Amino acid sequence: MRRAMLAVVCGVFVMASARERPAEPQGGATIAGKIKFMGAKPANPRIDMSEEPKCKAKYQAPPTEETVVVNPNGTLGNVFVYVKSGLPESYKAPAPAGAVTLDQDGCRYHPHVLGILVGQPLEIKNSDGILHNIKAKGTKNRPFNISQPTTMTSTRTFTAPEVMVPLECNVHGWMHAWLGVLPHPFYAVSGTDGGYSIKGLPPGTYTIETWQEKYGTQTASVTVAGSETKTQDFTVAGK
Amino acid sequence: MHWWLPLKGSTFAGDIDGLFLAILIITGIAFVVVEVGLIWFVIKYRQRPGRKAFYTHGNTRAEVIWTTIPAVTMVALGLISNHYWVRIKGRNSVPANAYPIAIHAKQFEWQVTYPGADGQLGTPDDFTVRNQLHVPVGRPVVVHLSSEDVIHSFFVPVFRVKQDAVPGMDIKAWFQATVPGQYELGCAELCGMGHYRMRAQVFVHTPEEYDAWMKQAAQEAKQ
Amino acid sequence: MTSVAATTRVPHAHHDDRSFLRKYIFSTDHKIIGIQFLFVSLFFLLLGGVLAMQMRWQLGFPGKPMPGGGLLPESMAAGGVILPEYYVQLVSMHGTFMVFFAIMPLLVGVYANFLIPLKIGAHDMAFPRINMASFWAAFAAGLLMFASLFVPEGGIRSGWTNYAPLSARPDLSGVTIGQLLWCVSIVVLGLSSVMGSVNYITTIINHRAPGMTWFRMPLSVWALFITAILAVLALPVLQGAAILLLFDQTIGTHFFDPAAGGQALLWQHLFWFFGHPEVYILILPAMGMVSDIVANGSRKPIFGYHSMVFAIIAIAFLGWLVWGHHMFMSGMNPTLGSSFMVSTLVIAVPSAVKVFNWMGTMWRGNLRFHVPMLNATAFVAMFVIGGLSGIYMAATPVDMFIHDTYFIVAHLHYVLFGGSLFALFAAIPYWFPKMFGRMMSERWGKVHFWLTFVFYNLTFFPMHILGNAGHMRRIYDPTQYDFLKPYQPMNEFISIAAFLLFATQLIFFVNFWYSLFKGEKAPQNPWEDNGLEWSLPSPAPHGNWERVPTVYRGPYEFSSPEVSDRDYLPQHEKRPTDREPASTTAPSH
Repeated sequence: MRRAMLAVVCGVFVMASARERPAEPQGGATIAGKIKFMGAKPANPRIDMSEEPKCKAKYQAPPTEETVVVNPNGTLGNVFVYVKSGLPESYKAPAPAGAVTLDQDGCRYHPHVLGILVGQPLEIKNSDGILHNIKAKGTKNRPFNISQPTTMTSTRTFTAPEVMVPLECNVHGWMHAWLGVLPHPFYAVSGTDGGYSIKGLPPGTYTIETWQEKYGTQTASVTVAGSETKTQDFTVAGK
Repeated sequence: MHWWLPLKGSTFAGDIDGLFLAILIITGIAFVVVEVGLIWFVIKYRQRPGRKAFYTHGNTRAEVIWTTIPAVTMVALGLISNHYWVRIKGRNSVPANAYPIAIHAKQFEWQVTYPGADGQLGTPDDFTVRNQLHVPVGRPVVVHLSSEDVIHSFFVPVFRVKQDAVPGMDIKAWFQATVPGQYELGCAELCGMGHYRMRAQVFVHTPEEYDAWMKQAAQEAKQ
Repeated sequence: MTSVAATTRVPHAHHDDRSFLRKYIFSTDHKIIGIQFLFVSLFFLLLGGVLAMQMRWQLGFPGKPMPGGGLLPESMAAGGVILPEYYVQLVSMHGTFMVFFAIMPLLVGVYANFLIPLKIGAHDMAFPRINMASFWAAFAAGLLMFASLFVPEGGIRSGWTNYAPLSARPDLSGVTIGQLLWCVSIVVLGLSSVMGSVNYITTIINHRAPGMTWFRMPLSVWALFITAILAVLALPVLQGAAILLLFDQTIGTHFFDPAAGGQALLWQHLFWFFGHPEVYILILPAMGMVSDIVANGSRKPIFGYHSMVFAIIAIAFLGWLVWGHHMFMSGMNPTLGSSFMVSTLVIAVPSAVKVFNWMGTMWRGNLRFHVPMLNATAFVAMFVIGGLSGIYMAATPVDMFIHDTYFIVAHLHYVLFGGSLFALFAAIPYWFPKMFGRMMSERWGKVHFWLTFVFYNLTFFPMHILGNAGHMRRIYDPTQYDFLKPYQPMNEFISIAAFLLFATQLIFFVNFWYSLFKGEKAPQNPWEDNGLEWSLPSPAPHGNWERVPTVYRGPYEFSSPEVSDRDYLPQHEKRPTDREPASTTAPSH
């Protein structure tokens, strides 16, 4: 009885976390690593939210922009890592399970960098309850600009792979987010430990690309087979 | 709720409000003459059995009078208005010692660039603040307006100042604030879906407050 | 039995064997064309009102779900709450439909077509087939504009004035197809106007009945004549501007894009060079028809007929010289501001002259307040307010403050609704009998008039006060500004008055439609008027007269001492002392 309940709880947990990411491929190889940062940590400019008291009130200390997020352990967060090429011709991405959520809270986008599958719904949530507009400036995807004057959620989908689609709010000019649209689920965003992990890859030789909004892209070639895990670190030099 | 014009917050607010009042008196007289006249005629000359209308095709003298009086009034009004217009918006109207601030309008924010400690725009100590216009009281300020994308309009009701910001043009608009306080600026030209939210806070400081704010803001901008 | 006149050859006079399609759908009869314009334009008037009601909902009750809002797509109204992008679309399309597809065609398309041949004594227009084409072009333009509401992203969002660069940049406005449709629709509508104008001008110059000299023409015809000249010169400018805008969006030109060498202000100059004559197109026919109706209601000749004619001509001429008064704050050279101010103040004078002459007409008259006269009197009272409020804007320093505020919205609605629309509420029942052979209900006309008059003033007068406060135009949510929050109760008040005003118009529409089928049968001359049209049966037959009448006097001989048993003397009635006109004008076809 207890084991069954544990299984149910775990199952719910897995389903809940799967809501924010495409269905994790079963089996396959993994490419993982860390994005290291070299050089002096740049200062991110402070954001003055005086014009929007409702958002300013949500912060104890004044927030800063998120252009370069250097973690305490000298790694970079918010780096978008993805499989640029190498998947077999016959590969077909599984249908996405659920939507990706982008939230506007405290006049900031959460997350700042995110990925989505072609055709997968992006649910844009306005948790602030004040006017935001979301302008998507895609070049391969049709640009859109929608306003959300109050607490609400709007949904959009993207039809073409594009790395990256810039998102911005014109009412709060400091708000930026970056969306990577891919035809497959093999992407990740480096977290607070600077690490990324791309799972479930079929065997093959892949070009992995990293993208950072200020420092641009880097690529590396990784060959995997079976269900092994290969490590591929990247080093980004600060300027 | 205030039924009249807002607080007079600039040196030419008084002139503009005075002109408004003069026009109100002139148009008020015309309004009363016409509307009372109409009501009177409607009652007095309504159809009644046995009445006959007065057959006439007009009166040349009346035509001359009611053409001349409006014409003279309009010409006088034009001359008076032009006097103030030239003073406020004329090519040479910007006072020589006006304090320069650059405002770059963009969907949907006002990027306000201050000249910094040296009081000159275009130097390294300039800094830009979003949606906040700080000006010193009692000193002429000249705003250098530009636009990033579409036509916006710089409008501060208490200053009575309005000037469109047009892409491809650099336009100067000047004013001199007279009353310290906090006011609002709104965009007065439809510029897209966020037009209604394109507003800024306007702060009129005493000279001491202004210096203090300038130092602090310059510091923060460096971070 | 009248002797066979050697002068006229009248087709269709003896039998009418046209098919239903030729008689009522693809008709070249000016009266049917006028009626077609009437039905289509009344639809667009209603549509414009529906759009305005949605705007007023959002302004009065910002952020609250609108009743019926659930019918709108989510991209326009999320959960029934109007979104900002839809609000600016409502603003833009309300103005577009009202100006181009309601008021202009109601005044010109309907009454120029219907009245001109009837009032000057012609069988039809000079070019009946071009006339038919002008209706169908306007209809096509209307369809295109209506369609723009339903395409992805909907209709334009840059105001009916559609300023570039916002209108030229889909990435900034959010509108793609809707903008293209607007441009094409305007070009087609311009074509319709030009075709109509060509007819009106030619017919009036060449097809007046014997004895119908220029200064015996009714003021409605004078006004329509001058309006036609304005239209034929002004509409092509707008067409040109629309084509440039179309090119900027489709074939990569940059007329309005400063980054690529274009000029943002070019659009404004082109638009307003058309736009100002356009507003005189929207008021002169109204003034003309009001003159006819006020003279009739007063049972007196129009006071100062010649002054009235010269005033119309002066207004039209000066109207070409004032366009910059829409651009005082645009960044154009301030010296131009001075010159436009002068011309704008001067144009107030002929309008004032007309108001005094209408009052002079009513003075010592024997006033009959039938429904048309009620509305025509209200026109004078309301147009005066609109005209006087214009003086504030003409004074450039004051305009600095009130430009692009609700003071302007108040002004334009006083002249367009208080002016043009009240004139239409007078004209429609007045000529309804000649169009349809029935009378509209006098009682419901009076109810409609009084309710409209009250609710209309309650809706639009307070907007002057909002303008005084600095309340900007075209803003989705005034409560975003602290200085406007105290005025929110006034916005709510205006919205409720507007809803009541709109509801009242249903009385007019029901009266109109019901009277078409069940209205009291109309006599030949129900208003005891002098115009030539009242010499025909109600409704007027195809081809109008078998033989055109001869004209012996002016159109406003009411209470003439020549007749003692009645207080009107029609233009075509020959009295013993009248002589035949010296020469006949060119025979009509």
